[in-house]
Amino acid sequence: MAVVGDVLLWMGLFFIAVAAVGLLRLPDFYSRAHAVSKAETLGLGLLMLGLALHEGASLVSLKLVVVVGFVFLVNPVGVHLLTRTAFRLGVLPWTREAGERTPGTVGGGDD
Amino acid sequence: MTIFVAAAIVIVVLSAISLYRVVAGSSVFDRVLAAGAIGTNAIALLALTGFIFERPDMFVDMAIAYGLLNFIGTVAITKYLEREGEQ
Repeated sequence: MAVVGDVLLWMGLFFIAVAAVGLLRLPDFYSRAHAVSKAETLGLGLLMLGLALHEGASLVSLKLVVVVGFVFLVNPVGVHLLTRTAFRLGVLPWTREAGERTPGTVGGGDD
Repeated sequence: MTIFVAAAIVIVVLSAISLYRVVAGSSVFDRVLAAGAIGTNAIALLALTGFIFERPDMFVDMAIAYGLLNFIGTVAITKYLEREGEQ
């Protein structure tokens, strides 16, 4: 059981690392939001489940599972809210021709 | 015990990487997004801290509270930005 917990813990760390690298390297806000909302949520879920397997059946592991469920519900919703606001305020997505475009500037690409 | 310390160190390093996006992010949305990601890392770090000090019962409650506050903070900043942008 502890071995499975260790494996889940390192898988969670891997996905959190993927989210951090995506946040650092991806070209514009929307792709960064994609990296954070999915990879970060999955990484935290795997890490918490690994900790719960280390703990065994108790109130603590139940609370860890509750945290996982809450984060799985709430983290993508929060990032979606942020992304929708950015879209409404005119942040344009990255294209290969125009590169990263700052908020408020229109032009480039086929729009 | 040691694996928890190693995992906590990895989480701290990854949060420091995300902190670059908070400082240098090209728009305010990037900053809010990266701050939310660091907050999510902090939930994991709190749970790991509980296991390092062998008192997970206390630290898990703190992790729950931190998750709630992280979401509420992101939503509040988003609503503020939306209202500012409409004016």
